[in-house]
Amino acid sequence: MDAIFLQILNGLDKGGAYALIALGLTLVFGTLGVVNFAHGAIFMMGAFCAVTLEKLLTLSVKVKDESVTFFDAYKETPYLELWFGDTGTAIIDWSVPLSIILAVPVMLLIGIVMERSLIRYFYKRPHAEQILVTFGLAIVLQELVKAAFGANPIPQGAPDIVSGSAAVGAIFGLGEAVVYPWWRLIYLAFSLITIGLVFSFLHFTTYGMVVRAGMADRETVELLGINIERRFTIVFGIAAVVAGLAGVMYTPVLPPDYHLGMDFLVLSFVVVVVGGMGSLPGAVAAGFLLGILQSFSSMTEVKDIFPGIDQIIIYLVAVVILLTRPRGLLGRRGVMES
Amino acid sequence: MSETKLIGNVSRRTILKGSAATTGAALIGGTFPMHFIKNAHAQTFRGDPGSASSVKLGFNVPQTGPYADEGADELRAYQLAVKHINGEGDGGMLNTMKPLELKGNGILGKKVEFVTGDTQTKSDAARASAKRMIEKDNVAMVTGGSSSGVAIAVQGLCQEMGVIFMAGLTHSNDTTGKDKKRYGFRHFFNAYMSGQAIAPVLLDEYGNERRAYHLTADYTWGWTQEESIKAATENIGWETVNTVRTPVGAGDFSQYITPVLNSGADVLILNHYGKDMVNSLTQAVQFGLRDKQVNGKNFEIVVPLYSRLMAQGAGEAAKGILGTTNWHWSLTDAGSQAFVKSFGQEYGFPPSQAAHTCYVQTLLYANACEMAGTFAPWEVIKQLEGFEFDGAGNGPTLYRAEDHQCFKDVLVVRGKENPQSNFDLLEVVKNVPRAQVEYPADMFGGELGPYQV
Repeated sequence: MDAIFLQILNGLDKGGAYALIALGLTLVFGTLGVVNFAHGAIFMMGAFCAVTLEKLLTLSVKVKDESVTFFDAYKETPYLELWFGDTGTAIIDWSVPLSIILAVPVMLLIGIVMERSLIRYFYKRPHAEQILVTFGLAIVLQELVKAAFGANPIPQGAPDIVSGSAAVGAIFGLGEAVVYPWWRLIYLAFSLITIGLVFSFLHFTTYGMVVRAGMADRETVELLGINIERRFTIVFGIAAVVAGLAGVMYTPVLPPDYHLGMDFLVLSFVVVVVGGMGSLPGAVAAGFLLGILQSFSSMTEVKDIFPGIDQIIIYLVAVVILLTRPRGLLGRRGVMES
Repeated sequence: MSETKLIGNVSRRTILKGSAATTGAALIGGTFPMHFIKNAHAQTFRGDPGSASSVKLGFNVPQTGPYADEGADELRAYQLAVKHINGEGDGGMLNTMKPLELKGNGILGKKVEFVTGDTQTKSDAARASAKRMIEKDNVAMVTGGSSSGVAIAVQGLCQEMGVIFMAGLTHSNDTTGKDKKRYGFRHFFNAYMSGQAIAPVLLDEYGNERRAYHLTADYTWGWTQEESIKAATENIGWETVNTVRTPVGAGDFSQYITPVLNSGADVLILNHYGKDMVNSLTQAVQFGLRDKQVNGKNFEIVVPLYSRLMAQGAGEAAKGILGTTNWHWSLTDAGSQAFVKSFGQEYGFPPSQAAHTCYVQTLLYANACEMAGTFAPWEVIKQLEGFEFDGAGNGPTLYRAEDHQCFKDVLVVRGKENPQSNFDLLEVVKNVPRAQVEYPADMFGGELGPYQV
C-alpha cells in the first residue's frame, strides 16, 4: 500500500512536468498548426534561466587558494554574501523560486522571437518540414547552451526550508516511513496551478475566448476583423513561458544539462498524441496518466511479471491508442483520422 | 621523390663501380633489388608511418553527448602527452616514469601528431570514427573513450584491423575479461577491483550486518559492477535485498528510489556513472534516504565508481559518500605531482581520473614503440605485455600479459564535507595496495586472439 501510494505521487509529479510541456505543445499545434520539436529545448532553456540567475547571484570574489601548490587555484566567496551577509546567503538560497521572475519575461521574449523570426514562415508548409526546422532549431539551441555551460549537469538546490522530505505517510495514515520530498510536492502544486491559470486564461478572458474561437475556425474570426495571427504569436509566447517555468521549477529535481529538453520532448509528444493533438484537457489528462503508468510499471512486482515493461510502457500505450483511437483520448473528431 | 633519388643514387653508384651489372639490368627491367631495402622481408601493417617524419595517433573521445566534459578532459590530457613526448613543456611524467626509453624527440625519432574523433558515447559512432582514423588518417594507435560499451566495440574493431587500442576510461570486467583482445590494453581499474578495494572499508565503516539494495545501469558495465560489488559485500556478511536495473539516461530515478524506502534495506548501492549517477544520487538524497534510520542503523549510500567530475555534478549530495577511483589529483607521489603540475599550469585546474589514465596510456604506448624499435603492432604488443613500471601515479604497476589489464593500487575515496577549493571534492580514505585487488587471469574467461591479423 505504501509503495502504491508513493508511486502514485511519483507519477503525478512526473505527469505534472509532462503535462506542462505537452500543454504548450498542443496549444501551439491547436492555434498555429505547427508541430514544434523545439518545445523541449524551450523547457531546457527555462531550466537554464535558473542556472543563469544562480550564476549571477553567486558571482564571486576570487582569493588565491594557498592549499593548492601545483598551480594557481582560487577559492570563491559570492559578492552577495560579502555585501549583505546572511541576507545575501538567503537570496542565493532562494535562487530557484526567484528565477521565475526572470524566466517569465525572458521566455516570453524567446517564444515571440522564435515565432516571428522562424516558425511563422512554416505555417503553410507540410508538417515534415516543420518538424525538420524546429528539430534543427532545438539542436542549435542545445549546442549554444552546451557551449556556454558545458555538458555536465549543473545542480540547483531548492531553498533549505523545503529541501527535506515531508512525512506524507503520517497525514494519510500510512506510517512514519512514507516520506516524499517537499520540493516535488511543491512542483506538483505548481503544475496544477499553472494548468489552472492557462485554462482560466483561455476560458474566462475575452482574449482567451477569441484564441479558442480562432482555434476552432480561424477564417471566421479573421473575417470578424480580428488580427488572430498576433494573438497566436502571444499564445506561442505563453506556451514558451509555461514550458520555461516548468523547466525552472524542475531544476532541483533533476540537475539540468543541455540535453534535458530532448529527454522530455519525445515523451511529451507521446503525451500529446495519446491525449489528442490540439486538445488541452487531453494533454493534461494524458500527462498525468502516463506519468502514473510509468511509475507503476517500474515497480519490482510488475517488472517480475513483465521484464523491461518500464522502458516501453509509454510507447506501448501510444501504439494501442494510435491503432484503436487515432485522434487520442480527448481529441477532436477528424484530427489524425482519415 | 626519395625513392627516385635512391634508385638514381644506386644506379649511379653501381654504374660507377661497375660491379653490379646484374642489378643495373634488373633495375632497367623494373625489378627492384631487394637487398637494398631495409626490412625488406618485414610485413606491412596499418598505421605504418613509413619514411614520414611524423607518426599519427587517433584520440577517439566523447566530444558530444553526456560524457562530453569527460571527453574534453581526456583530450586535454592527450594533447599534453603529445607535447611531452615531442619534448615540449616541462616533460611531466617523462621525468618520473621508470623504466622509460622516451627521449623527448617523439616516438622513434618521429614527431607525434594526432587526429581526434567523436565517440558520442555510442558504440556505432565510436566504431565509425575509429575506422575513419585508421583508414583515412593512417593512425598507428587508437585511444580514448569514457564508456565500456564503446571500449569493447572499438577494441573489437581494432583487433580486426590490426591497430592497437589503448582504452580510456572503461570499468567493466568484460573489457579485459570475456571481451579482451590482443590489440586492446586497459590501464584503468575495473569493477572487480572496486569491489575488493571498497569491501574492507565498508566493513570498517558500516559493519557486517547490512542489507544492500542495488540500482544498476542496464548495460555491460553496470552488470559486471553489480556482480562484483554484490560478491564482495556478501563476502563481508552483507545481504543483498534486491538488484534493480535502470535504463541508461533515465533522468528521473524517483520511481526506482521510492521502492527502496520500504524494502528493509539500509544501504543503497548506485551502480550508475556520469549523469545517471549525479541524478540518482541527488534524488536519493532528496528522498531523505541519508536522514533515514533502518534496522537501528543510519541509512548509507555507496557509489562504487566515483569521480571528481561526478562529485561536482552532485554537489551537496556527494558529501560523505564512499566510492572508489582509479586516481586522484591530490596524491603526493612524484608521478602524480609532476602530472598535476603540468596539467594545472596548462589549463588552470587539476586533471580528472579520465585525463590521468589517457595520459599514461599514451606514454605507455609511445614507450613500448621505442622499446620495440618499430611501430609494428605485434612487436609493440609484446613490449606492453608483462611491462612493469612505476612513477605514473599508482605505485608499481604491471600490464598483465594474459589479459592486458593493469594492476596497481586503487583508491577508496569519500565526498569531502568541507571542500577547501572548487576541486577539493574527494578525500582519499585508503590507498588500497595492488595485492588486495589482484585476481587470476582466467577468472573472467575470454580469448586474446592472434598477434597478427
